[in-house]
Amino acid sequence: MYKFKNIIIIIIGLTFCVSCNNNSKTKIELTGSSTVAPLIMEIGRRFERLNPHILINVQTGGSSRGINDIKNNLSNIGMISRELKDNEAEFTEHTIAWDGITVILHKENNVKQLSHQDVLNIFTGKIKNWQKVGGVNKKIVVINKAEGRSTLELFLKHFGMKNSDVEADIIVGDNQQGLNMVAGSPLSIGYVSIGAAIFEAENGMSVKLIDIDGLESKLSNVRNGTFPILRPLNLVTRGQTSKEVMEFINFAQSAAVSDVINQHYFVSTNANK
Amino acid sequence: MRTNKAVELMLKASAILVVMVLIFIFSFIFFKSLPFITDNQLSSLFVDDGWYPTTNNFNLFPIIVGSISIMVVPLLLSAPLGILLALFCRYYAPKSLAKVYIALIELLSGIPSVVYGLWGVLVLVPWIGQYAPPGASLLAGWIIIAIMILPLMVICVDNQLALVPKKWLSGAQALSITRWGTIWKIVLPSCISNISSGLILQTGRALGETMAVLMVCGNIVQIPTSMFDPIRTLTANIALEMSYATEMHVSVLFMSGLILLLMTSILMSLAYAFKRQPVE
Repeated sequence: MYKFKNIIIIIIGLTFCVSCNNNSKTKIELTGSSTVAPLIMEIGRRFERLNPHILINVQTGGSSRGINDIKNNLSNIGMISRELKDNEAEFTEHTIAWDGITVILHKENNVKQLSHQDVLNIFTGKIKNWQKVGGVNKKIVVINKAEGRSTLELFLKHFGMKNSDVEADIIVGDNQQGLNMVAGSPLSIGYVSIGAAIFEAENGMSVKLIDIDGLESKLSNVRNGTFPILRPLNLVTRGQTSKEVMEFINFAQSAAVSDVINQHYFVSTNANK
Repeated sequence: MRTNKAVELMLKASAILVVMVLIFIFSFIFFKSLPFITDNQLSSLFVDDGWYPTTNNFNLFPIIVGSISIMVVPLLLSAPLGILLALFCRYYAPKSLAKVYIALIELLSGIPSVVYGLWGVLVLVPWIGQYAPPGASLLAGWIIIAIMILPLMVICVDNQLALVPKKWLSGAQALSITRWGTIWKIVLPSCISNISSGLILQTGRALGETMAVLMVCGNIVQIPTSMFDPIRTLTANIALEMSYATEMHVSVLFMSGLILLLMTSILMSLAYAFKRQPVE
């Protein structure tokens, strides 16, 4: 009997919760890039605190999903970690921050520098041994990303490769898995978002960042726009949007969140001005 | 009588519900893969130039081989060990030790696969990598899967051993047959077919395992030529690419889900074929 009573109380409680959420709050749905999502979640939390009547719902699934959901009206805003393509002119992009992609090695790897051609040769399988680029006499373990990820697209574009040219030994999904994999295998080379890489390297993970095309992998180079593999983090909308959505986008682009963006090791658009 | 009617109705309703769910899942996966089936020839799954779904190359064959290869060896590794451990617990170990042992094994079977995967990435893969880079490989997958299904195997065999009639055992004892003789000539022959059936069902788990395999196997689409080669399985393929896929890519991933379902069904019917009615 007691149990039964408890269950009824819980059910009534839940009904109340659901109904008050539905009645009084405006929902903003965001889906897309796993790079942008953690940042937007934090900005969203801050926005919710300032505007209690708004509920921000963030789901990951990659830039392609971000675009697709906005096309099919499944979300209000798409998150993409790249520029809009030419065939995506129906959308409007709102840049909130910049990110770079950098090449990472295991911390104990004694290779200090790799030229553009070195990286290209390693990923296409023309160089298979670390000795050829000044390291130990061991096989190079190439870590590539799974199809559809924007990091992959950007990396391939910068080095002028097709995905079928890459001779990979391991394929990973998101940034974190890439970092874990490099930290776990001393002979590996991979590429991830520069913000995530700097964050993990400073927090003791066994990875190190190397220069890209002779430019040091650090945030100031992303900030001044000289870093070679750069990408914007964009919020994407289609057609007419509601007042709340516009307010949120303006908030995400404002100086009020540049501290959050810095914490995530991205570069705020406000810093460029 | 009235309560009986109500119970009967409830039982029937839940039986129908389960069948409906099954039919729904089958048809959902089938309709989702229909765009691929109508637009492409099924043979493209086996003859295309590699797996590059964004550029319409859909050769799934190496991934199917990967799924099968990740399943067979752990079965061969853990089945004999599982049978021996269960026999030990039931017929050799002191009662108190056996109880604790079975409890520990049940605990082991409750560890989420992602935990095994994490251990694999941080310990197993670097260790294999020292001898045969890249380390993420078929072998790493075998070891993880074998460790994962071993407790399930022990529990499954132990359950079958519990069904052996007590009077057979006391009869054997009265005839002063040795313990091993009893096991070898009486216990095992009576339940070996049900044990095999159970073991095959557990192998189905190896086929369906996703997270741990995704983390330690390297996910390269290739037919492995040695156990140090990285491979990709059907489940890992779906998990890696589904959330990033669009259009035909989604459809071919559902197609691979359909193939996975087919493979599981084959395993199930195999297990069913082995199964015998319990002995009197």
